[in-house]
Amino acid sequence: MANPQQETVLELRHLRTEFGSRQHPLVAVDDVSFAVKAGEILGLVGESGSGKSITLRSILGIVRPRGRVGGEILWKGRDLAALDEAALRKVRGREIAMIFQEPMSSLNPLLTVGLQISENLVAHTGLDAKARKARAIELLEMVGIPSARDRLGDYPHEFSGGMRQRVMIAIALASNPQLLLADEPTTALDVTIQDQILRLIQSLSRDLGMAVILVTHDMGVVAQTCDRVAVMYGGRLCEVGTTSQVIADARHPYALGLLRSIPRDVAPRTPLYSIPGAPPALNALPLGCAFTTRCPVAGPECRDLRPPLETVGQFHEVACHHRVEALAHFRQQEAAQ
Amino acid sequence: MASISYLVARLLQIIPTFLLVMVFIFLLVRMLPGDPAIAMAEAKATDAQVEQIRHNLGLDQPLPVQFVIFVKNTLTGDLGRSIMLKAPVTEVILDRLPTTIFLALYSVVLAIVLAGPLAFLAASRVNTTTDVVIRSVFQIGLSMPVFYIGLVLLTVLAAQLRWFPVGGYGKNFLDNLHHLILPALSVALYTSAIILRNLRASLIEVLDADYVQFARAKGLSTRIIMTRHVLRNALVSTVTLLGLSIGNLMSGTLVTETVFAIPGVGRLMLEAIFARDYPLIQGLTLTFAVLVSVVFLLTDIVQSMLDPRLRKA
Repeated sequence: MANPQQETVLELRHLRTEFGSRQHPLVAVDDVSFAVKAGEILGLVGESGSGKSITLRSILGIVRPRGRVGGEILWKGRDLAALDEAALRKVRGREIAMIFQEPMSSLNPLLTVGLQISENLVAHTGLDAKARKARAIELLEMVGIPSARDRLGDYPHEFSGGMRQRVMIAIALASNPQLLLADEPTTALDVTIQDQILRLIQSLSRDLGMAVILVTHDMGVVAQTCDRVAVMYGGRLCEVGTTSQVIADARHPYALGLLRSIPRDVAPRTPLYSIPGAPPALNALPLGCAFTTRCPVAGPECRDLRPPLETVGQFHEVACHHRVEALAHFRQQEAAQ
Repeated sequence: MASISYLVARLLQIIPTFLLVMVFIFLLVRMLPGDPAIAMAEAKATDAQVEQIRHNLGLDQPLPVQFVIFVKNTLTGDLGRSIMLKAPVTEVILDRLPTTIFLALYSVVLAIVLAGPLAFLAASRVNTTTDVVIRSVFQIGLSMPVFYIGLVLLTVLAAQLRWFPVGGYGKNFLDNLHHLILPALSVALYTSAIILRNLRASLIEVLDADYVQFARAKGLSTRIIMTRHVLRNALVSTVTLLGLSIGNLMSGTLVTETVFAIPGVGRLMLEAIFARDYPLIQGLTLTFAVLVSVVFLLTDIVQSMLDPRLRKA
């Protein structure tokens, strides 16, 4: 559990990332604000297209196709959104590292694993070739790759999917970053490997005092791994709180729906809940709450009036006009089952 | 090391290739209409004289025997005597070959120099005016036959502007560069169009690849990302294409060398065909086959150097 007294390392203030023309922009991330404390694991949850990955890429300034990033990205008090490429390069990989969803395609197939670790060290440290090799072996051992010394000269295709994800983590950790952005690191892996990778990330975060933002669409992963959770929908935040608050006491109808849609300890053959409809397209987002069209408790004002994030408990914030009705609605449904 | 066993395996593959090529050439020449003995004999030669010539050429032997003799002679470098030039075929070919190889390499280098940087520029500005203009201009190179481009260059740059010589070749390396620029350029325009299209497409694909995004997230410099991660991966498919087009280019020299009056093996081939100089045609075909095989071998080696996944023998 993250210590509330820990200092904040990253703070997003009104982050907005948009694409396309300025007149009719496609807003992928809209007014997202949250903070990450040193050493904590924050889960960023939402469906595909909810803006989770773009939020991560906006932090490092590697959004592609190149979008416009607005708002403030305060990294230890410095605004990354205002930095130029050269200055950002010194933050990327050195202070903030990132790992990707697809371990199969995220490593360069033509370069040895040793070189892919080493080039990170060349960019961010003054280590000589011998020291880089030693550090590379140390890193591979740290992420649990057996006979690490012999595998430096191997190419990515000589590793299994789970091992490649470990290699990617080793590369990311090369220069001792204080924040790891993990973009669905376990989605492409099978369940037993998923569990191992999550435990690895957890233990590395604890041992190295490294903060993690873990993007996932899997509430099960959040429950197992994260200290706090931020739920995103349609590029906006709808609920932020500690993991126990969000899992046991969710208030936003989307978060409530998401939680009802994972298998729980209920009677056998109880059908899983699924949120009706599909996420809105970026060019069809309503002015008000993005969830309006799929929401069981939406009122007439929801479409036009954006609900602000409001505090509902210590560390717990929800953006919904009808959060009381939402809770009642889902409790009723539950009782009916 | 895996790459050495790969190399050995790849070299061994050449043996059956050459054997097949030899069978093919041997049969092809003997299947051609017309009797070389009659062609070689003078008009008023008697049947006995023709028979004598046939015997001298070994054409009265059974085909398998002829083939064994052909293989044995070829392996010892004896390709027979040219009827038209009255000189050993090997000598004639070796005399002309350097010019053709020079021309081929020259045009490949020109093609790469033309296409490489522009492919980069086009790929980094996909669908902008720059990209469209570059692609359109190179499309012209692709849609016109090489000999026509050659004739246009010849008329404008050599005959009218007198910037370059109309034909022939030079006495030394620099003089050659100057003399052969138009033929090399006319071949290069075509080849560069192919390279540009392919390289641009692979660059666009690679620029979006996950591993390039990961390389950016690692905070690597643009130079390292572009060379080590982007270019190298994009080159894998372009190298294949380049190899194939060099093979193509070899047969293209027939036309180019004729248009520009260059004394290389391409023009020699054309002359040999018109003169029904069978030993020379045979020797030249074999030479082209060897050249193309060597180019493909080099292509495979370069590819295996680029891509470790291809190194397994």
